[in-house]
Amino acid sequence: MTGARASLPRMLAAHGVLLLYTIIALFPVFVIVVNAFKSRRAIFSEPLALPTPATWDLVGFRTVLQQGDFLLYFQNSLIVTVASLACVLLFGAMAAFALSEYRFRGNMLMGLYLALGIMIPIRLGTVAILQLMVASGLVNTLLALILVYTAQGLPLAVFILSEFMKSVSDDLKNAGRIDGLSEYTIFFRLVLPLVRPAMATVAVFTMIPIWNDLWFPLILAPAETTKTVTLGAQVFIGQFVTNWNAVLAALSLAILPVLVLYLIFSRQLIRGITAGAVK
Amino acid sequence: MGQLDLRAVTKSFGQTDVIKGVDLSVADGEFCVFVGPSGCGKSTLLRIIAGLEDATSGDILIDGRRVNATAPADREISMVFQSYALYPHLTVRDNMALGLRQSGAPRATIDERVANASRMLSLEPLLARRPSELSGGQRQRVAIGRAIVRTPKLFLFDEPLSNLDAALRVHTRIEIARLHRELAATMIYVTHDQVEAMTLADKIVVLNAGRIEQVGAPMQLYNDPANTFVAGFIGSPQMNLLAAGPLGQPGKTLGIRPEHLELDREAGAFPGAISHVEHLGGETNVYVRTDTHGLLTVRRFGEHRFAVDETVHLTPDPARVFHFDEDGRRLRP
Repeated sequence: MTGARASLPRMLAAHGVLLLYTIIALFPVFVIVVNAFKSRRAIFSEPLALPTPATWDLVGFRTVLQQGDFLLYFQNSLIVTVASLACVLLFGAMAAFALSEYRFRGNMLMGLYLALGIMIPIRLGTVAILQLMVASGLVNTLLALILVYTAQGLPLAVFILSEFMKSVSDDLKNAGRIDGLSEYTIFFRLVLPLVRPAMATVAVFTMIPIWNDLWFPLILAPAETTKTVTLGAQVFIGQFVTNWNAVLAALSLAILPVLVLYLIFSRQLIRGITAGAVK
Repeated sequence: MGQLDLRAVTKSFGQTDVIKGVDLSVADGEFCVFVGPSGCGKSTLLRIIAGLEDATSGDILIDGRRVNATAPADREISMVFQSYALYPHLTVRDNMALGLRQSGAPRATIDERVANASRMLSLEPLLARRPSELSGGQRQRVAIGRAIVRTPKLFLFDEPLSNLDAALRVHTRIEIARLHRELAATMIYVTHDQVEAMTLADKIVVLNAGRIEQVGAPMQLYNDPANTFVAGFIGSPQMNLLAAGPLGQPGKTLGIRPEHLELDREAGAFPGAISHVEHLGGETNVYVRTDTHGLLTVRRFGEHRFAVDETVHLTPDPARVFHFDEDGRRLRP
């Protein structure tokens, strides 16, 4: 395995570093998933051990599924994540297209203004957001969460996508204009397919914080009917007693949908990259 | 029909004036080439004609109708781009048909025109393919096909050959000339390559820094340049510009083309030393260093042997010299 561009020690070193990082990154996930399948006693006596026939126990999953509304929580999380994601991608791409395509007064300032949200955490505005939601009667609705997450995701989306949109050939858009395509058709049919890899990147970066968020569901939509999975899992964490089996089982289940979405987007990502490279 | 008139057209981007007042008339069926160095505004002018940029002032008329406020799609023009600009998600057939489909043409018309265009450009075997499955030359033929299908009043070409390799460039150039004869359409063609300009044009417009330097037929520009810029730009290798004073000639500078400069080992108007020789087979370009006039180019037909640093004598052909004044304007006898 020694060639012009690869030497054995260098390759081992590179793989060693990557492997170490993978272990560090996956360790908490591993602990959660492993312990979700163990009895309560086994969780505490040997937290790092794999489940054996003696310690195997699905009581956590049973509790979660029997505790009424966990399917509803999942549904809520999915609705909020998918709807926010759709809004962020659609409006972010549209704003990015306008910023990169049209010359107008204040273009630069508008771009800066839209990207400002990357630097200012949206949680600083929690009180104002809560007042706003109370005033507009949106408390305890999924719409409140969707709106907040759309606002939270837009700055990064606009920032990344406008850079990519600038790289789309002007000639192509102009050819569309001469052929009589409307600006919307040019945007949806010509430009969006070409920035698909960037869209997938933005989708992944936007999706994960939304799915994992505890803060806004707790503040804006804590009602039983609008709880998300991360908030729902909190019912098992008590002040005095915590049902660790159930918490770990709930968290393990919560990984699945986001994993599926990630796989979908990363396929897009790879397809987009190779489509450009191999012509 | 396809008559184009530009009247006092200007274009500014902020403080920068890119087009500084252009008046031009292109007759129906004419092949007009805009040529000039990069940044001279030739592409901007083409985009203004296409409607992709708005003119800051002045009028654009197509067949006598003012089109300043008409959308590109309604100007009855079509454009071929340097980067081909084919729609990546559509097949060759759909690429060509899209414009007509958008304008609501009946299906039979579309099919007939696509069939016609693909026959002219031998694109029939490629109709079902996507642009990513085509070579550069094929893509440019599809782009030209897309332009033909629209049967426009004006064809606009924006450096269509720049992305092709040398052999394909010559081939496609001939193809475009043939299309112009067959379609008898008005074509406006932008290039920085003066060979393309000379071989294709009925009329060349030489642009420099946003202004027209001269308009004329290729041979007219070659034989009768209005100023040093046109003299230097048209013709390859470039015209030599000599100091007129030491030669006892009128004006400030004296222009003489490399092919009209006599080179002799024994005697001549002034001496020089050979600095470099290029053998091209059919012709030989000799670069001669002189004390009074700097580096000069001599073009001789056939094969000639010279040694570097050899002393030679140069004589301009008196019937072929051009005289220019201090501002570079031509002094006519």
